[in-house]
Amino acid sequence: MYDVAVIGAGIIGTFIARELSRYDLNIVLIEKDTDIGNGTTKANSAIVHAGYDAEPGTLKAKLNFLGNPMFDRVCEELDVPFERIGSLAVATNEEEMKNIQRLYERGLKNGTPDIKILSREEVREKEEGISEEVIGALYAPTAGIVSPFELAVALAENAGDNGVEIKLESKVTNIQRVENGYCISMGEEILEAKYVINCAGVYAGEINEMVATKSFEIYPRRGQYNILDKSAGNIVSHVIFQAPTKLGKGVLVTPTVHGNLLVGPDAEDIDDRENTATTIERIEYIRRVSKKITSKIHFGTTITSFSGLRARPSTGDFIIEESKEAKGFINVGGIESPGLSAAPAIADYTIDILKEIGGGLKKKEGFIASRKPVLRFMELNDGEKAELIKKDGRYGRVICRCENITEGEIVDIINRNAGARTVDAVKRRARPGMGRCQGGFCGPRVMEILARELEKDIKEIVKDSSDSYILTGETKQNKLA
Amino acid sequence: MLYYDILIIGGGPAGLAAAIEAKKNGVDKILVIERDRELGGILQQCIHNGFGLHIFKEELTGPEYAERFIKELQEFKIEYKLDTMVLDIREDRVVSAINTVDGFMSIKAGAIILAMGCRERTRGAINIAGTRPAGVFTAGTAQRFINMEGYMVGKKVVVLGSGDIGLIMARRMTLEGAEVLAVAELMPFSGGLTRNIVQCLEDFDIPLLLSHTVTEIRGKDRVEGVVIAKVDENRKPIPGTEKYFECDTLLLSVGLIPENEISKSGGIILDPVTSGPIVNEGMETNIEGIFACGNVVHVHDLVDFVTEESRRAGKNAARYIKKEVKNYGSMAKTKAGTGISYIVPQMIRGENIDRTLDLFMRVDDVYTDINMVITIDGKEIKRMKKRHLAPGEMEAIKIKKEDLIASESSVITVSLEKEGA
Repeated sequence: MYDVAVIGAGIIGTFIARELSRYDLNIVLIEKDTDIGNGTTKANSAIVHAGYDAEPGTLKAKLNFLGNPMFDRVCEELDVPFERIGSLAVATNEEEMKNIQRLYERGLKNGTPDIKILSREEVREKEEGISEEVIGALYAPTAGIVSPFELAVALAENAGDNGVEIKLESKVTNIQRVENGYCISMGEEILEAKYVINCAGVYAGEINEMVATKSFEIYPRRGQYNILDKSAGNIVSHVIFQAPTKLGKGVLVTPTVHGNLLVGPDAEDIDDRENTATTIERIEYIRRVSKKITSKIHFGTTITSFSGLRARPSTGDFIIEESKEAKGFINVGGIESPGLSAAPAIADYTIDILKEIGGGLKKKEGFIASRKPVLRFMELNDGEKAELIKKDGRYGRVICRCENITEGEIVDIINRNAGARTVDAVKRRARPGMGRCQGGFCGPRVMEILARELEKDIKEIVKDSSDSYILTGETKQNKLA
Repeated sequence: MLYYDILIIGGGPAGLAAAIEAKKNGVDKILVIERDRELGGILQQCIHNGFGLHIFKEELTGPEYAERFIKELQEFKIEYKLDTMVLDIREDRVVSAINTVDGFMSIKAGAIILAMGCRERTRGAINIAGTRPAGVFTAGTAQRFINMEGYMVGKKVVVLGSGDIGLIMARRMTLEGAEVLAVAELMPFSGGLTRNIVQCLEDFDIPLLLSHTVTEIRGKDRVEGVVIAKVDENRKPIPGTEKYFECDTLLLSVGLIPENEISKSGGIILDPVTSGPIVNEGMETNIEGIFACGNVVHVHDLVDFVTEESRRAGKNAARYIKKEVKNYGSMAKTKAGTGISYIVPQMIRGENIDRTLDLFMRVDDVYTDINMVITIDGKEIKRMKKRHLAPGEMEAIKIKKEDLIASESSVITVSLEKEGA
């Protein structure tokens, strides 16, 4: 029997699993998909919010406040790109300036550090390319950008290094109370755990209802984005939001930690928890609305469009509590924005609940706080590059031509705890296929490496989900050969 | 640091022809760097025929065409490195490159010839809405899987874009037993060669839907179907014309883009229309001693033209090394007039031309019975009747040296004029 089963390996599940692995516990992390962080975690704004946005007094406000300053350390320990570039919420008229003022006051109540209202000129000092229409902004220096799926992968890997068992492609189909805990079915497979932590994202309601009556609902709210080529990455140097208006929050424009430009999202309530399609109308909408921030964006350099689902809770706030009906079953649901920013604090908060239920937890000896650094070949200087290839020739073979990713880097991210199993998983970790050609050149080579390292037939290599096959069989000539 | 007189980046048709020509023009220390596992570039996956009609006066397959140059390269004992990637170029012509055998290399070159070719535009670049399942391939990637790796990529196929690769792949997939439902083309005309439309679509009864586009991709894990709609004259989908095609594969043949990331690292200025370096009559870029040729400069329709252009680059790089370039006299500019989208080269030093110079260009629309008019500083020097012109087919016209050097710093304009205008 496991001590703790964490359901869902998104940013919340992986953070909790990693922080729990500091204790003397037998932990399993259960994920329905083929990869870590494959839901909301991989498709959001990738922002660590300063914390002025949430309603004072809510868990959102409190955990955003606590979570934001925790990013520097965890990202350094786990070698995940994070940059505190600061944010600007810009206004284009007096009414919007009033809203900026409101945000400022809310920020003061929430304890958001060093926020400041900037004049027209001060905004331009910070952002040369900002639209002529902008008349002022709220500046929050502690806002940052991070790579959420790389963080989730790193957390899972580190959790794995510290003894957490990770089960991918394991969809929870049923949970039953048993003596001293719960019996979790994942199709044919069954396991038991004393405590269950439900981090199932947009499916948190369904998982909860396996052990209790409905006490909350999670509504998926879709947001669509454009990601642009690195040539567009320096159009802005801060996270730039639009002042909220009656019509909504507007869209944001931000550089990413990898130097691309991200534009989006819109907000659209939908029924289907799997519907991450993009639509022409919505993409046109975010492109149009982004012009309020800057007109310098050339959408011809778009690399791709994508969408993600926010897990919007019926309660309006994060739901982090032990189920009233099921002892030892903790729900961590409704983690919409600022969920990523609050994630480190959500993990601590959840563990405190567990400590209370279980009567304290014992720290274990030998917790490893860091993971093996991820070598990024192109970030090395010439001498280091030469040395590395001498040591391992696979770093001398470039697989991805757009971003110069070497075979050595790809092999490395496959052969780690929580390593890549699919083409998209490789892409998310090491970036081949993220560039302009979108995997056109490197796709076949990545598949070949995956097949070799995982000892599979190349036809078994999938894009993302287990049914997302890429090849349909041999050609006539190959069959004869 | 290694030293070569001429370093050629790319071992496809452009790089091969340039290397051989440079050698024939008296340069010995030449290195060709190729990132793939073999020489020949994309030709190696183009197993259909139709290559070489201009250069060899016979129809060859892609690999056969490449083989002739590879053989010549080897007979000339020109050095090459495979599986080798150039990471960057500096303006002082020092190149860094890596491979598994030599490790990290710094190479100083007397002259550099850029011959990296082009890449395909992707789904993201044209913003097709819908889900993001497996089964969406660029036509070239599908071609590689099928012809090089020996794997099929689908059973029921829709092709978007009627560029040559899309047409070739519609036929190739059919021959491999797949069902190709349709080729949709956004424009009211095909971007491919007429012979390919006949031989790849018409001969196989594959419908070509002009003024149509894919508006949505459906399917969660693998493509389950696509929605195709008719577009209006502004290329916007017309509501109500949507039609659903059930398929497991979407192939994209929606344009090629010269691959100039390394060029940019070397400070080379690109032409916004071609997305390739601005070059002069000798295929030299704005940086002295750095030349470019083939699809890295502008996307060609026939490899034969790539070969011709690359020979010119190889020859001029050799002259540069031997200090034979005539860097005096008038400097003319070419200008794309009415109906022409671009002209290569963009700059011409008349003194440097042997007898004639080929100008390569593309028209911006389909034209019938029209005059192509060349003027120098407003003075007409040539007028040609053209029965049919299409953006898919590159045009080449010759101008004489006399015409060029007769005038001072002139502008050479090519434009289209209606019959009788």
